[in-house]
Amino acid sequence: MSQNNKPREVRGPGGNGPRGHIKPSKDSLKILKRLLAYVFKEYKFLFMIVAVTIIISSLANVIGTLFLRNLIDDYILPLMNKTGADFGPLLKMIMTMAVIYYIGVISTYIYSRIMIVVSQGSLKKIRDDMFSHMESLPIKFFDTHAHGDVMSLYTNDTDALRQMISQGIPQLLSAIITVVSIFISMIYLSLPLAGIQVLIILLMLKVTKVIGSKSGKYFGLQQRDMGAVNGYIEEMMEGQKVVKVFCHEDEAKVNFDKLNDMLFDSANNANKYANVLMPIMGNIGYINYVLAAIVGAILAISGFGGFTIGALASFLQLTRSFSQTINQMSQQFNFVIMALAGAERIFKLLDEKKEMDEGYVTLVNVTEGEKGELTEAKKRTGIWAWKHPHEDGKVTYTKLLGEVVFDDVDFGYNDEKIILHNIKLFAKPGQKIAFVGSTGAGKTTITNLINRFYDIQDGKIRYDGININKIKKDDLRSSLGIVLQDAHLFTGTVADNIRYGKLDATDEEVKAAAKLANADQFIKHLPKGYDTILTGDGGNLSQGQRQLLTIARAAIADPPVLILDEATSSIDTRTEKIVQEGMDKLMNGRTVFVIAHRLSTIKNSDVIMVMDQGEIIERGNHDALIEQKGKYYQLYTGAFELS
Amino acid sequence: MIKKLISYATEFKKDTILSPVYVALEVVMETIIPLLMAMIIDNGVGKGNVKYVTVVGAVMLVVSFLSLAFGVLGGKHAAKASTGFARNLRRGMYYNIQSFSFSNIDKYSTAGLITRLTTDVTNVQNAFQMMIRMFIRAPFMLVSATAMCIYINPKLSLIFIGAIIFLGVILYFIMTRVHPYFVEVFKKYDDLNASVQENLTSIRTVKAYVREEHETSKFYKASEVLYKFFVRAEKLIIINAPAMQFTVYSCILLLSWLGAKMIVSNSMTTGELMSLFAYTTNILMSLMFLSMIFVMVIMSKSSVERINEVLNEESDLANCENPIYEVKDGSITFKDVNFSYSKKIENSVLEDVDIKINSGETIGIIGGTGSAKSTLVQLIPRLYDATKGSVEVGGVDVRNYDIETLRDEVSMVLQKNVLFSGTIKENLRWGNKEATDEELIAACRQAQAEEFIETLPDKYDTHIEQGGTNVSGGQKQRLCIARALLKKPKILILDDSTSAVDTKTDALIRRAFKETIPDTTKIIIAQRISSVEEADRIIVLNDGKVDGFGTHDELLKTNDIYAEVYESQVKGADNNESK
Repeated sequence: MSQNNKPREVRGPGGNGPRGHIKPSKDSLKILKRLLAYVFKEYKFLFMIVAVTIIISSLANVIGTLFLRNLIDDYILPLMNKTGADFGPLLKMIMTMAVIYYIGVISTYIYSRIMIVVSQGSLKKIRDDMFSHMESLPIKFFDTHAHGDVMSLYTNDTDALRQMISQGIPQLLSAIITVVSIFISMIYLSLPLAGIQVLIILLMLKVTKVIGSKSGKYFGLQQRDMGAVNGYIEEMMEGQKVVKVFCHEDEAKVNFDKLNDMLFDSANNANKYANVLMPIMGNIGYINYVLAAIVGAILAISGFGGFTIGALASFLQLTRSFSQTINQMSQQFNFVIMALAGAERIFKLLDEKKEMDEGYVTLVNVTEGEKGELTEAKKRTGIWAWKHPHEDGKVTYTKLLGEVVFDDVDFGYNDEKIILHNIKLFAKPGQKIAFVGSTGAGKTTITNLINRFYDIQDGKIRYDGININKIKKDDLRSSLGIVLQDAHLFTGTVADNIRYGKLDATDEEVKAAAKLANADQFIKHLPKGYDTILTGDGGNLSQGQRQLLTIARAAIADPPVLILDEATSSIDTRTEKIVQEGMDKLMNGRTVFVIAHRLSTIKNSDVIMVMDQGEIIERGNHDALIEQKGKYYQLYTGAFELS
Repeated sequence: MIKKLISYATEFKKDTILSPVYVALEVVMETIIPLLMAMIIDNGVGKGNVKYVTVVGAVMLVVSFLSLAFGVLGGKHAAKASTGFARNLRRGMYYNIQSFSFSNIDKYSTAGLITRLTTDVTNVQNAFQMMIRMFIRAPFMLVSATAMCIYINPKLSLIFIGAIIFLGVILYFIMTRVHPYFVEVFKKYDDLNASVQENLTSIRTVKAYVREEHETSKFYKASEVLYKFFVRAEKLIIINAPAMQFTVYSCILLLSWLGAKMIVSNSMTTGELMSLFAYTTNILMSLMFLSMIFVMVIMSKSSVERINEVLNEESDLANCENPIYEVKDGSITFKDVNFSYSKKIENSVLEDVDIKINSGETIGIIGGTGSAKSTLVQLIPRLYDATKGSVEVGGVDVRNYDIETLRDEVSMVLQKNVLFSGTIKENLRWGNKEATDEELIAACRQAQAEEFIETLPDKYDTHIEQGGTNVSGGQKQRLCIARALLKKPKILILDDSTSAVDTKTDALIRRAFKETIPDTTKIIIAQRISSVEEADRIIVLNDGKVDGFGTHDELLKTNDIYAEVYESQVKGADNNESK
């Protein structure tokens, strides 16, 4: 349909490969194996019960089919044309069958009930694993994947697994048992007729394979297109207000239509092949029946091998269950294929490389002796130190002070393009270091290196004299407080959001932090104060209010090093004046990295770094830089010369 | 409710109708087949007539082939009808969302809309497909198979009546209980989705605070709740299969016993008994299908409701009758404007705003966080309607304009602005589809974006990631300004759009405005006094009210708030100068 008009590129876990790329079937077998292992590993014991009950249930069914043969040959035919026939044995037989049947029914209930736990449990586990794995992925992953497409993994793709695990697996299992036992009975009844069955089975398998691979291809495309649609919707919904302002609705529709048509195309084809499979299988079954009837009739009439009419009747009955079972199997086949398409995408996420962390230096609480010697403490002491185990088994403790040193650091998001050059920086504990420069000069990037969101290409960053590559990332990051320009909040109450910085903070601490950031004022005016629920990234607050909350969040974490990346740019200057007091209190005694373009906020910094094109071109305090009459001077005076 | 939904299938009317027709024909064939089977056994095999078996067998093959053909056709049309229906539903919802006003948009979460457009639509698609394939098939099969049974043996058919009633009761029980659980399940889905989305957008915060585990445990809780509700719902649904088996088996046992007696008394043949067995499966299979349909319908019922919610949401901003398609000039008048986000006037965000702005003026707006600066300017391009009073542009009430005309002439750079994945060029062309490369470059030059774009490897063809994550905040803002400039509007509104741009660039942008678009009315919301002090007039907003309106010098003398802000921003600098 619309493959030719490729819409704007939608990147996602599906990769950037051209649409229509089909995985070889070897891969799908691998995925199936992995998926099954996933389910089995978690529920070994339950699965054994399921297997046993499925066997019982299918056997009951097979025995039932055999019973019909006995019914006519052994019980009904002998009674015919007799007067005063004895129905006793028949009744006994029927009672026995009743017992067997009902055991089968109970087994069915038991395995269905257990399968709920197994299937829903597995889905939960897959979702949980995906999420916890996702949380461990490096920032780069989030930079390069469409959010909606990732969200699709948790819903559309996981949903695709549901049918397969809850019905596909038990039905396939039961089908195999049924087919095998029916086949054995067939051989027992008549070897030549059973031979015909083998041919039919081969034919059915072939058909399933041909159609299955067709529909498999389209189900794969369907899941991918679904992800693309999801990604596009997510992006457009997030920017819906911009769409409105630019009256861009029509264009937004055109692009959506392209993706939507693509999804229609693949979904239509996938469903078409899936729907066609069932009647084809069903009718092969009928052909089988006719063949068996004709050949069987010839055999029965010629009396070949003692083959009776009753035997033929039950053989034909077996033929029916036989093809019905295979038919069912082929129906499940579709669910399996669809599930595999989803599973492939899910495993792709699970296989994304985790954020590496080879750090071994950890942050511990210590007590300080009279001579300044540090002893590790179990309890929270308020004094922190780096615990540094050395190769020779010795453990040293270095007090956490907040000294940060950049030693000739080079950085680029990829190796080809270095965007920071020879960054040298020395921040003494308690110093306020400011970065100034035009947008895109690399100010934010520097702070992203301190907390190791990205790893540097060359040079060294030392934190209290320790190479930050040696420090465990979690410990490194918890020693750094960050307030970003984009004030992201989480669904939950206002108090929850402040407490994000310190999960075990008391209500009083939360309040104190809010007061420090001057957020207390507006929080008190919210309908439910600190218990007001924020939804959708704090959409019901203004940008400035959100920013105040993120400052309070950083305040409560009480880290030795603070990074303020344009933290006050969205706060009006009146409020900022008040916030600034709080911030000054917050910054007191801490090493602070400030990025701001409002020079008034950074003037009192100990060192100001002026950055340009990824290099530090000037450094010094305000007075020295003004004296220098360089770029900083221009910036500083430039702001006012036009007024 | 359903009627409106079904209208989305009309494009595929042919497929929607043909599919059940073919399915019905298929069922007819399938009903004949067991009859032929019985004939083969009774008259052919039973009497040792191989020729008869062959002839009837051949007939059966023909019938089977027809059944196959109908089945394939039915399946094909069903696939097209259902997936087409789904496509139209998605499109219908998406299109309607495009017509939403800001206040409509505020009502829905992104995650909720996504679930509706994907998971919910898939549910409806499956239910629809099931319906057109099975809704005819199952009752048809039920009726025809029952008819055949009655034809073969009316007495024994009573067994089936009993079975149908028994299963019917059980199905009814399941259905009525399970729906509320599914309603909950979908709500939980939204929550789960929201939680994932939140983590995707806020991952830097999560990682900076080392809260990966905290978030994970939060997610575990959400997925645990989903799990619980699913288990509760499925616990009821699985009763289906064993109940069905129980009924089939019971029928077979009863048939065996009663049938044997009848055969012995010569009132029935063995072949007839065999076909009765076959019909047992047919009848009960169709009941099973019916129950499956109902389960799907129940599952999709909640989805249908959620889809309908979006489809029926009417934009509360609509074009008036005979709208005006031309904006005379860039003058703006606020007449006694009151505004509240909810309908209640007590919660007013803006109160008694009376302002007159001349065409071509540059107006600065300054005020504290929450003073309703953004709200004020959003009334100009009619993103919201004033609750009381009126807003006029070019001397005409904004409600009398064609919305698109108005918004083309009133270009606004939002505070929470967004770039879309695509090249810089593509993003800029949002402002003007037909813009030439020269125009793009000119707009970027005005917005001071040219310089950094030139340093990018692919220049104007550089790919912007979703949300513009690969450009800095300041670069993003400048691109957004350039995009707005490309509209060549009569009124340009910058809602705190240079907050991440350094002061010098900010000044250069303003100078460019002055030089290149002198006739455009410019409204600039800013935090920095330096951004607004050169404006012709400045509005000082405080708590939704106009506290002052005048030139910089006037305000400095007469307005306390303005003077205070000025002090705080400029004084610091002077102190340093004198040091």
